Amino acid sequence: MGEVISLKDIRRVFTMGDQQFEALRGISFSVAEGEFVAIMGASGSGKSTCMNILGCLDHPSSGTYLLDGLDVAGMDLNRLAGIRNKKLGFVFQGFNLLARTPAVENVELPLVYAGVPAKERRHKALAALEQVGLGGKEGNHPSQLSGGQQQRVAIARALVNSPAVILADEPTGNLDSSTSEEIMGLFTDLNRRGITIIMVTHEPDVATYAGRRITFRDGQIIGDTMTNQ
Amino acid sequence: MRERRVFEIKGLHVDLLQTLKIALRALRTNKMRSFLTMLGIIIGIAAVIAMMAVGAGARHVISQQIASIGSNIILVIPGSTTSGGIRIGSGASQTLTSDDAKAIMAECPSVETAAPTVRSTGQVVYGNMNWSTIIMGSTPEMFDIREWPVTSGRSLGQQDVDGAAKVCLLGQTVAENLFGSTDPVGKMVRIKKVPFTVVGLLERKGQSPQGSDQDDVIFVPLRTAQRKLVGSQFPNTVGAVMIKARSEALLSKAEDEVNDLLKQRHRITGSKEPDFSTRNLSEILAVAEQSSKAMSLLLGAVASISLLVGGIGIMNIMLVSVTERTREIGIRMAIGARKNDILLQFMTEAVLLTMIGGLIGICLGGAGAMVVSRILSWPTLISVESVSIAFIFSGAVGIFFGFYPARKAAGLNPIDALRYE
Ligand SMILES: Nc1ncnc2c1ncn2[C@@H]1O[C@H](COP(=O)(O)OP(=O)(O)OP(=O)(O)O)[C@@H](O)[C@H]1O
Ligand SMILES: [Mg+2]
Repeated sequence: MGEVISLKDIRRVFTMGDQQFEALRGISFSVAEGEFVAIMGASGSGKSTCMNILGCLDHPSSGTYLLDGLDVAGMDLNRLAGIRNKKLGFVFQGFNLLARTPAVENVELPLVYAGVPAKERRHKALAALEQVGLGGKEGNHPSQLSGGQQQRVAIARALVNSPAVILADEPTGNLDSSTSEEIMGLFTDLNRRGITIIMVTHEPDVATYAGRRITFRDGQIIGDTMTNQ
Repeated sequence: MRERRVFEIKGLHVDLLQTLKIALRALRTNKMRSFLTMLGIIIGIAAVIAMMAVGAGARHVISQQIASIGSNIILVIPGSTTSGGIRIGSGASQTLTSDDAKAIMAECPSVETAAPTVRSTGQVVYGNMNWSTIIMGSTPEMFDIREWPVTSGRSLGQQDVDGAAKVCLLGQTVAENLFGSTDPVGKMVRIKKVPFTVVGLLERKGQSPQGSDQDDVIFVPLRTAQRKLVGSQFPNTVGAVMIKARSEALLSKAEDEVNDLLKQRHRITGSKEPDFSTRNLSEILAVAEQSSKAMSLLLGAVASISLLVGGIGIMNIMLVSVTERTREIGIRMAIGARKNDILLQFMTEAVLLTMIGGLIGICLGGAGAMVVSRILSWPTLISVESVSIAFIFSGAVGIFFGFYPARKAAGLNPIDALRYE
């Protein structure tokens, strides 16, 4: 199987006034198609910083990043927006759905920016909602859904454009343990169907769902292990 | 490459509909706020509409009045416009004569015709009815110049003037007050105690640009007036000469010719003040036009100030909205919205806001203009152009004042925006 993600010696330096802080200090790893990776590590170890770079929301200060074979480093903002739209799906800790907007329209959003016609959009969004087990809830606004259901909507939104990778930064951080299990069940399910997932988590229980565990400390990788499920 | 372009255009098309939907939803979420924000635009556009309606109405009235006076008219009155800095009223000197009028007609090539007039006021009596009115003595040319036919009977003829006949023409107002609805033609009236036969009834003229009733008048032959009605020691003098130029283009040329001729006849040379002055009726009308312009200007000032204030209000609310929706902007960007998508979205919202405000303003301005025309019996005209100008203008205000907030939204960093609480 091909490599979906390849990071080589990624560094990220934040400058605040005259102070410099190196949040990532030479990160290198690759992710193959169909993998389910959990990234762990203490708070402040650089996990989110790494995810932002993986998600093309931020540029590394140095190093190379190949996403689906494309060198992302030199791309302008509009191309990056296109990459995020077509190759990546995001799931956030805080769900990040649009308020006062029906579930189905939240799921349609990536397709809107991809220029998919309205009919096809609706069709795909409903199918994605079905896939995450929310068939029949398409008209509900986020405020009319439970936390777990909101995260499912977010996952459906991440799925809908058939991305190369789903990036999830603490997807269960705001959920209780039983709902977390449901969401992880859904992720496992999706991963079995061939979707590549990279997930940040603090909880070892949650990490056990992944087939591989990468551990960060102080902006460096200190562990990269395969776990048998 | 080509395929990609088609895709882009298609994308934009879908975006527009979707963007409109998103913008409408955003405005609906804060109905009261949206309305209050629109208020400045509503007032501004209403003022624009009212301004144009009143202006168009005024132009309409003025052009009607021009038609009622008769076109291409020059008035010659005795006395100089200024004499030692003090304005001398008409009739102060007794130097203009009916021979001057004849000479003007004969010798000024740009003049079509001229009519000398004398003017007096006095009582007119019929039976036990009496009415105080203006008595004008003139020649038959008068009615050509002023384009003023009779509705019944006949007009004055040259033989009436030559023979100093005691006949008269009544204006509508005089006829109504003395005769009610009966036809006055053939009846005898007494003007300043002298008996006259009514030979004709003049058509209705309506108000003059100065607001006086043009139908409150009696016309008698010039010579009759000079002899019987105007107590003057110089029997041949006239109060004014009314002249019609051959065309509008020849109006000022005719005025010059009349000036030259009268100076020559009155032996006025060098820097000597002329003992007469000419007035072009279009100058008088210009005054009337100016007052309607002043009104329009006032409304225009109100309109531009409230549009400016309204536009700043829109900018302010849009900035608030961008801040409030920072997270939403971050989500959209993470999911694939380009800078221009965000820019378009907020611009659409601002323009929608001002255009809805503009529509309400147009309705309100139209209603206001209608009320004005009812109360002041002043016609107001709302044209398709004024409505479209107002509508386009409201959109332009949205574009202008919406741009800065929209650009601010589009310039947000997605990571910061997503983190914003
Ligand atoms: N925009 C920024 N400017 C300056 N420093 C930053 C910025 N973003 C992150 N950092 C710093 O980089 C380090 C790594 O932050 P990061 O958010 O990646 O941690 P994390 O591993 O995701 O932690 P957590 O588990 O608490 O989410 C932190 O010390 C943080 O203070
Ligand atoms: Mg983090």
